[in-house]
Amino acid sequence: MSVIEVQGLTKRYGPVTAIEDLSFQAGEREILGFLGPNGAGKTTTMRILTGFIPASEGNVRLSGFDIREHPWEVKKRIGYLPEIPPLYADMSVDVYLRFVAEIRGTEKARARRRLGEVKELCGLQTVGRTLIRRLSKGYRQRVGMAQAIIHEPEILILDEPTIGLDPKQIIEVRHLIKSLGERHTVLLSTHILPEVSMTCQRVIILNKGKLVAVDTPEGLLRRLQGGERIFIRFRVDRQGPSDGFDPAEVARVPGVRRIVREVLGDSSLVSLELEVEDDQEVRGRLAEYLVGRGWKLQEMRSVNPTLEEIFIRLVTEEPVA
Amino acid sequence: MGEVSSVEMNDVREASKRLFRTRCGVRGMWAIYKKELRGYFVSPIAYVVLTVFYVLMGYFFFNFLAIFSEQALYAAYQAAEYGNSPPAMDVPAQVDRNYFGILSTVLIFFLPALTMGMFAEERRRGTLELLLTAPLKDGQIILGKFLAAMTVFLLMLLPTAVFQVVLHRFSDPPMAWGAVLASYIGAVLLGASLISIGVFISSITENQIIAAVLTFGCFLLMWVIEIAARQTGTLMSEVLKYLSVLSHYEDFTKGIVDSGSVLFLVSLCVLGLLFTYHSFISLRWRM
Ligand SMILES: Nc1ncnc2c1ncn2[C@@H]1O[C@H](COP(=O)(O)OP(=O)(O)O)[C@@H](O)[C@H]1O
Ligand SMILES: [Mg+2]
Repeated sequence: MSVIEVQGLTKRYGPVTAIEDLSFQAGEREILGFLGPNGAGKTTTMRILTGFIPASEGNVRLSGFDIREHPWEVKKRIGYLPEIPPLYADMSVDVYLRFVAEIRGTEKARARRRLGEVKELCGLQTVGRTLIRRLSKGYRQRVGMAQAIIHEPEILILDEPTIGLDPKQIIEVRHLIKSLGERHTVLLSTHILPEVSMTCQRVIILNKGKLVAVDTPEGLLRRLQGGERIFIRFRVDRQGPSDGFDPAEVARVPGVRRIVREVLGDSSLVSLELEVEDDQEVRGRLAEYLVGRGWKLQEMRSVNPTLEEIFIRLVTEEPVA
Repeated sequence: MGEVSSVEMNDVREASKRLFRTRCGVRGMWAIYKKELRGYFVSPIAYVVLTVFYVLMGYFFFNFLAIFSEQALYAAYQAAEYGNSPPAMDVPAQVDRNYFGILSTVLIFFLPALTMGMFAEERRRGTLELLLTAPLKDGQIILGKFLAAMTVFLLMLLPTAVFQVVLHRFSDPPMAWGAVLASYIGAVLLGASLISIGVFISSITENQIIAAVLTFGCFLLMWVIEIAARQTGTLMSEVLKYLSVLSHYEDFTKGIVDSGSVLFLVSLCVLGLLFTYHSFISLRWRM
């Protein structure tokens, strides 16, 4: 049975449709990534799942409970870290975590035990008595994470948990999420691609409120490797800077779809990344063309599209799913 | 036979579920209450409000005491001069009438400070998201906060009873405690309804300064209604008088605990909390 089951979820704000007809599932102990640019509807979806806002249409079942019929049961089973960690600046870390455990309905003895566990898990042992106001951004994020798991929820919903952190902190938080995935079902949103490829087992790509693709990070990669890319570097013999070289000429070679990226090095060194139809034949034609122009080919290799580029393609093209 | 017992079992299960829920709810409300009260005393708000309030009310009390004692003395002196018997002047009653009168005015300045940040700050800082996604009912959040503000308000009010003890100690014949008690009941009810209005206003904005100004403006408007109600004996003024919070409060300061006035102030308080409840629901739709 799926722990998270979303069916035809739609949310409208007056004339604005924030999310439209969204359906997806997540299984037990799965880390599901929610990927999309700003305004894609990630926060809106998570707010509906956590019971913070009502949906306009659609059904959500978490751990088998419908969120409209049994909001109480659902809320007890969810841990939620909103985009802005919901912290009280004038509380110490201990006081804050105890408060959260209390409103989450955790029994006193269990809350006391969990406080220690959670602090250890999130690396907060040394700051228990520090006022949250005095903590760095990274530590605040950890406190946010700690409050989301203190009541041992079945489902963890994390809205852009690494936003605004420095690279070292990002790595720490990712490790933490991975370890949490061993015990909880995690739904994690991000607009940063490497995040999902590193932490998630499955990725949902969202754009303008619509689901664009659902797959494993590797699956997405494979699915989009249809169009090959090659990188070439060559030296143009030219007398002056205004020799008249136009990289667009290269794009006219049969089989070259477009120039993805161009880097002009010193006055005569040109690097291009090309999207081509068929790697094998195009290589020969390209080499021929360059030699014909009297340019010296220095490097030619194929490029694997990075997830980043896949993402850009996913959200700029038609749905592939 | 088997059916009956299964029905009974269901009943028991349902009942225990309900019991658990209420217990959980009270616990949640208690958590909110403690957090809120703590918040008042961690920030300087409570200390500033309490200190300034005590100083002001002390000043007014002793000022009124001095004025009315002097008047009484002067009247007695004049009466003696002309060989009359001294006029009957109830100094404690006059002091208290004026003292509790000014109390209501002082409250309109102080109570907005207790309620302004209540929900506005939670919204601005995003912590409302924590409260509304926890297994708490809206009513429990609202009541916990309301009761915390009421507690601070009672802490404002309680020590001022010392003034009444002073008054009692030096009055001869001893003053009537009944009137004092009535005044205090009135003050508590007035405070509760003003706080519930403040709670509501705090729930409609993200900015606590705006909340404070709106609350204060709303209270002032209520005072204006009272002044308008004092005009002439037209139907309009009668209606205004009935709607005026202050004219109901005034009944109490005269030593009258009128059930109509009690009902009016309690209803106002409940109404403010119900409005807050509905503002919560519409808030969820707009978030
Ligand atoms: N309270 C609101 N009122 C009106 N529109 C909103 C509101 N919240 C979000 N939206 C709109 O819904 C869309 C999705 O927003 P959001 O869920 O915050 O995206 P994300 O979290 O992916 O950046 C955006 O176009 C946003 O402008
Ligand atoms: Mg967002």
